[in-house]
Amino acid sequence: MTALISWLVLPLFAALAAIALPSRARLPAALLGVGLTVVASIWLTIEVWNTGAVTVSLGGWRPPIGIALRADGLGAALGVMTALVMVAVALAARHELAAKVAGPRIGFGFWPLMLLLWAALNAVYVARDLFNLYVGLELITLTAVALVAISGKAAAIAAALRYLLFALAGSLLYLAGVVLTYAAHGTLDISLLAARTVAPGDALALGLMTAGLLVKTALFPFHVWLPPAHSAAPAPASALLSALVPKASLLILLRIWFEAMPELATPMTQSALASLGALAVIWGGVLALLQSRLKLIVAYSTVAQLGYIFLVFPLAGGDGAAQPWAAGAWTGAIFQMLAHGLAKAAMFLAAGIYIAAIGSDRLGDMRGLARALPMTGFAFALASITLLGLPPSAGFTAKYLMMTAAFASGQWAWALVPAGGGLLAAAYLYRPLSAIFARDTALTPRPIPWAWQTVPLVLAALSVALGLLSSIPFEFLQIGRPEQAAEGL
Amino acid sequence: MSLVLDMALCALILGVGLATVAGHGVFRAVIFFITYGLLLAIGWARLGAYDVALAEAAISAGLTGVLLLAAHGRLRRLRAAEEAPLRPNLPAALVATGIALALGWAWFALPDPTAPDLTAALPQSGVGNPVTAVLLNFRAWDTLLEAIILLAALIGLWMLARDRAWDNPLGLRYHARAGGVMASFGRVLPPIGLIFGIYLVWAGAEMTGGAFQGGTVLAAVCLVSIMADVLPAPRIAQPAWRLALVFGPGVFLLSGVAGAVFAQGFLALPPELAKPAIVTIEAALTLSIAVTLVLLVIGPPDEGGQDA
Repeated sequence: MTALISWLVLPLFAALAAIALPSRARLPAALLGVGLTVVASIWLTIEVWNTGAVTVSLGGWRPPIGIALRADGLGAALGVMTALVMVAVALAARHELAAKVAGPRIGFGFWPLMLLLWAALNAVYVARDLFNLYVGLELITLTAVALVAISGKAAAIAAALRYLLFALAGSLLYLAGVVLTYAAHGTLDISLLAARTVAPGDALALGLMTAGLLVKTALFPFHVWLPPAHSAAPAPASALLSALVPKASLLILLRIWFEAMPELATPMTQSALASLGALAVIWGGVLALLQSRLKLIVAYSTVAQLGYIFLVFPLAGGDGAAQPWAAGAWTGAIFQMLAHGLAKAAMFLAAGIYIAAIGSDRLGDMRGLARALPMTGFAFALASITLLGLPPSAGFTAKYLMMTAAFASGQWAWALVPAGGGLLAAAYLYRPLSAIFARDTALTPRPIPWAWQTVPLVLAALSVALGLLSSIPFEFLQIGRPEQAAEGL
Repeated sequence: MSLVLDMALCALILGVGLATVAGHGVFRAVIFFITYGLLLAIGWARLGAYDVALAEAAISAGLTGVLLLAAHGRLRRLRAAEEAPLRPNLPAALVATGIALALGWAWFALPDPTAPDLTAALPQSGVGNPVTAVLLNFRAWDTLLEAIILLAALIGLWMLARDRAWDNPLGLRYHARAGGVMASFGRVLPPIGLIFGIYLVWAGAEMTGGAFQGGTVLAAVCLVSIMADVLPAPRIAQPAWRLALVFGPGVFLLSGVAGAVFAQGFLALPPELAKPAIVTIEAALTLSIAVTLVLLVIGPPDEGGQDA
């Protein structure tokens, strides 16, 4: 329990310190907070591995009066992925967003916003109460919008405003669903709701909550705010926005469909969600193919990569007795969340290095950069392997688990989505890769510190290693998993 | 009689709401929106939700109104506000109508709501006002995160400043004519507001009131003083203001951790210490909420040169 609480409060304390302390103490305080929270995150993971899911009733009040937290394998795994991304972003931001380089405004604002985002993500990963999840989502949204606007450019502020309007509409829809749920059942605790008797308004409540969360996750056709917002931010902020922020609303979606109200799922709603996911894979891929700036390609690829995860709704439980493992599709969807988080953060941090080196992320200007910055080129290539779903990366593990579930359950049509999406990803990632690894060079880059260049490389390598060593995380994700993960909706 | 009153109130709320979204002109919409907030506050009071009514009046009608008026003034100076022809947004109207109908159906379809039974827990909470007990004890984690949301909103707002204006005083320059209405308001209102705000926080333990409502009143006091040029405009570089921002959330977090170390768990309050602990947390939160709201309303550091 101590691990769970430290993991929640340490980033909050660090954020408060980063706001209150004078400028020379800000960076050390923020980095200390990052370091301590990583330790807490590892501690929590070990505790979950050793003793199973960790449950706490805050203030000693059990639901429905109080709020319960529960760190299961899913929440703790996302917590570790988040910690890895946060460390990488902090190390890159030390160079890229230092007050000397980026000005005192960004030098002041980035650290508290990053730490508050981290605290909010952690809070959402373990929350068991639908209103507490709403509060966490709001904190995520506000910090994310500020991180979009932080560059101060007019285009960034416009993208941030658009993101804010979409996100607030999503919040209101989600909140309306929460209110209906509370009115019908007098509790918002996920475990208590799972044992409720179904009320007539439940389908409407689930629909409203789902719609709100889809807007926040930027699922097709609600994705229009995402590419401009994620590409307008400075690269470390983009890495946070693309790798982590949509995962929070996705997690809540999994929690309400698989844990709180699984009995409301019908084959039609499952197919509808998965179809939107498939359309996101296609649409995001095609638009990524049409972009000429690296950050926009990477941002559109987020739209596509998030789409795969929605296949979990019809495929969960599909492998049944046909496989030696249980809950394959469900675990595959979570592997996709983890792999995409690591790889996408690596890509945006690599893009940040390129922008710092040549002042542009146009594909034409980036020709031949791998010659001067080989480590960054290698990092981008490794991250691409994960996004393509090639073995031995974690992206491959994710797609393999989903496709075997599709074949085992006879829903082979859904298997076309990862296969076709992989081909599309190959097409849209070929363009930046061929530019970076071109023999001729367009511009002479500024030198980039060695320590900065290793950051995206380590993240990208981790996204591959997660696939190589997939049996341990696979087993970890089964800790405290809901029944429906193995049996299907 | 009360049914007639309630029907009239509902009709007014709907009419004023419609006038806000469908009327011409930004300024008119803002004024209608403020009225709408006040009417909603009366509505909450009619439902017996006096804490919500106070918050609605103070924050939704009061502070949001000031923010919208300031935004309108800024847009007018930039000549950007007037007067984009307002076309009805048909898809948005259809979606909103659909949701309203669905929620209306749910109101008829659902049984009477059953809230969790607090009779056993309330005496252990340290306070008599169930709203305060929920906010500061039973669901303190929500309230802690909400106080931090307010802080995140302010940091986000500051990120909208121009880089070259970062060290300037916050907000626009205000001049109050000596002996004018604003100058005398700036000296007469603050002492009254100060007492009222502090009373709201103190009373919140047993009756209607609390940190958010009291903090809003204190924020208004502080704003009037700044606008009347009685208090100097704050700067981000001044450590006292930044310390005041994090004081409330900091005290709340520390008391939560103290619960984990000395009592049953994180955010736990032993019944015999609950009342003083809650009053201390609320007092600290009130200060931070008031300062955060003040800084949110006066806005990011400005490039200066213009009068409000």
